[in-house]
Amino acid sequence: MATIAQSKPGSGVISLEEDKRAPESMTKRVVKRFMRHRMAVFGSFLLLAIVLYVIGGAFFYSEAYANDASLRKRFEAPSAEHPLGTDEAGRDVLARTIYGGQISLAIGVLSMMITVALGTVVGLVAGFYGGWIDAVLMRFVEALLTIPTLILLLMLSRVLIDLSSSTIFILGREISITVVVIVLIVGLLSWMSLARIVRSMVLSLKEQEFVIAATTLGANNVRIIFQHILPNCIAPILVTATLTIGGAIVTETALSFLGFGVMPPTATWGNILNRARQDIEGYWWLWMAPGALITLTVLAINFIGDGLRDAFDPRSRK
Amino acid sequence: MFKYIVRRILQAIPLVFLITVIVFTLLKFSGDPLAYLAQDPTVTEADRFLLRAKLGLNDPIPLQYVHWLIGDNWYWRDIDGDGVVDEPGTRMGILRGDLGESFRFRKSVNDVFAEHLPRTLMLAGTAYVVTVVFALVIGVFAALRQYTIADNIITGFSFITFSLPVFLLALILVQVFAVEARKAGLPALPVSGLCDPRGDCSTDEVIRHLILPVLSLSLISIAGYSRYIRATMLEVINTDYVRTARSKGLSENRIIFLHALKNASLPLVTLIGLDIPGILSGAVITETIFSWPGMGYMFTQALEQLDAPLLVSFVLMIAIAVIAFQLLTDIVYAWLDPRIRYT
Repeated sequence: MATIAQSKPGSGVISLEEDKRAPESMTKRVVKRFMRHRMAVFGSFLLLAIVLYVIGGAFFYSEAYANDASLRKRFEAPSAEHPLGTDEAGRDVLARTIYGGQISLAIGVLSMMITVALGTVVGLVAGFYGGWIDAVLMRFVEALLTIPTLILLLMLSRVLIDLSSSTIFILGREISITVVVIVLIVGLLSWMSLARIVRSMVLSLKEQEFVIAATTLGANNVRIIFQHILPNCIAPILVTATLTIGGAIVTETALSFLGFGVMPPTATWGNILNRARQDIEGYWWLWMAPGALITLTVLAINFIGDGLRDAFDPRSRK
Repeated sequence: MFKYIVRRILQAIPLVFLITVIVFTLLKFSGDPLAYLAQDPTVTEADRFLLRAKLGLNDPIPLQYVHWLIGDNWYWRDIDGDGVVDEPGTRMGILRGDLGESFRFRKSVNDVFAEHLPRTLMLAGTAYVVTVVFALVIGVFAALRQYTIADNIITGFSFITFSLPVFLLALILVQVFAVEARKAGLPALPVSGLCDPRGDCSTDEVIRHLILPVLSLSLISIAGYSRYIRATMLEVINTDYVRTARSKGLSENRIIFLHALKNASLPLVTLIGLDIPGILSGAVITETIFSWPGMGYMFTQALEQLDAPLLVSFVLMIAIAVIAFQLLTDIVYAWLDPRIRYT
C-alpha cells in the first residue's frame, strides 16, 4: 500500500509491494500531505478566488475607469451604479479594489523575492563561512531587528517618496514610482529572520557527511553551497517566502493607510483605506471591501504557509 | 547572577553603537536641515554658509557622527575660514542627553518626549494589562475545554482576529461603538484625542477616550497570546507533576492555578518582553487613527514635516528600549527558571 511509504518518509525502509513502482518523489509526497491539510486547501482556494477577482475584474472595468475622478460623485454610498460606492475623488471603489488588488498582490510577491534572495544569500554565506563574516553579518541582522521595521519603513518611505512623485510605465501601464520604492524598501528590510533561519540550517548541514564527501571530491565552495546545501534549506525558505508575501501586503497597506506608501492615482488596498483614516466615522464603504480583501488574503496565505510547513515536516504537526 | 547581568550589558554596548550608526545614516539621508532657508530671500548664500559652518554641517561625515554622539562644545571651529578658530559648538551630544531641537514643535526633543511619553505609557500600559489578563483567562479556559464547542469558537475567533491588520480592527471598532451606537441612540464612545476639547478633561473623560484605542491595541494581542497560553497549558496539564498533584487529591482549582498555570506562564515572560517593539509600532498606527497625542501620533506628525531630530531620537529611543527589555527578559527568565545556567 502507498500508506507504507507515507508513514515512513525517508526512512529508507522499502516494502516489497512498493518496490515494483518508482519511489515517490519528495515533491509528490509534499503535495500529497499538503492536499490532506484542510485549512491549507481552503486557503489555496481562497487565494485563487482573490487572484481571479483582481485579474478577472479587469475584464469588466478598465483601469481608466478605476482612476476616473469626477468631483460631482464624491463619497456616494453603494448603489446599483457603484456597488461599493465612490471615494473622495468620485472614483468607483469596486474598480479600485480590483486594480488596487493587482498592485497590492504584486508588491507582496515582488518584495518577497527580494527578501528571499537577500535572506537566503546572507544566511548561506554567514553560516557557511562562519568566523568574522558571520559575526559581522549577524550583528547587523541583530541591529536591524532591534528597530521596529514599521518605524524604519515609515521613515525611509517618507524620505524617498518626497523625492519621487512621478509615474513610470511598466508593461504598458502607468504606475506611480512609489510602488517601486515600496517594493524595494519592504523587500530590503524583511530578510533578517529568514537569514537567521537559513544560517542555523547551514550550520548543521555543513557538518554532515554528504558535504564532507563533496569537499573530498574536490567541489568548490560555490558548488557546495548551491548544489548541496541550498536544496536542503528549501523547506524553510518556501514556508518563510509564503508568509512573507502576507507580511509585505499588510506592511504596504499600513504604510499607504498612514499616507506614506503608494500614492494616487495608482490604487492599492492600502491607499483606498487612507481616506478612511481622515474621516474615521464617515464612509464605511471606503474601508469595508479593501479591508476584507486584505484580511482574507492574509488569512489564506497564513493557512497555506501552515500547510506547507506541515507538509514538509510531518513531525511539526501537533 | 551579577556577573551574568554585567556581561549581558557589556554585550549590548556594541549593538547600541551599531544602531547609532544606522540611525545617524538615516539622519544624514533625511535631507538638508537648512533646506527651509532656501526659500527665504533675506538669507544670503554667505549667511547660509556661515550657519552651516556654525552648525558643523561642513565637517567631514565621520566627525559629524562623533559630534552627534558626544557633542561638539569642546570642538573649536574656524567658521569664517580665516585659518583662526572662532568658537566651539553648542551641542552636548546624544550620549549626554542632548537629542537636539524639534522644528515641528519648536522646542527640545527632550521636552517633546517628556510631554508625549506619559500618554503613550498610559495607553500601552493599559492595553498590556488588559491583554495579559484576558489572554490568561481565555487561554486557560480554552485549554481546560480542549476541542469542545467553546474551544473551537475561541480558536476560530482568534484566527480571524489575528489576521486582522490593526488599522482595520480600529475602523471596525469605530464603526460599531461610535457610528452605529450613535445611530441606535446608545451612548457613543469618543474616537479622537485625549479628552473633549470643550470638557474639563477629567479622569472619566480620559478613560472614555482610552477605551477604543486600548481595545484596538489589545484585541489582536489577546488572540495571539491566548493561543500561546492554551498550547503551553495543554502541555503542562499532561506532565507528571500535575498527575502527581491530582493523585495527592488536591482540588482541581489548586492544581490548575497553582501548579499548572505557574509553570505555563513562564514562556509568557519571554513573549511579553520581546513583544514591546510590536506594541510600540502598533501604537504608531493606533494613536494616529485615534489622534491620541502620544509618541506614535507625534511620530507621524513629525514624519509629515520630516522633523529629523525628533524622528531619529524616536527610533533611537525605541531601539534602546527594545535592547533593555531583551536584557530584562533574559534576567527575569533566568531568575524564574533555576534550570537556566548563567552562561
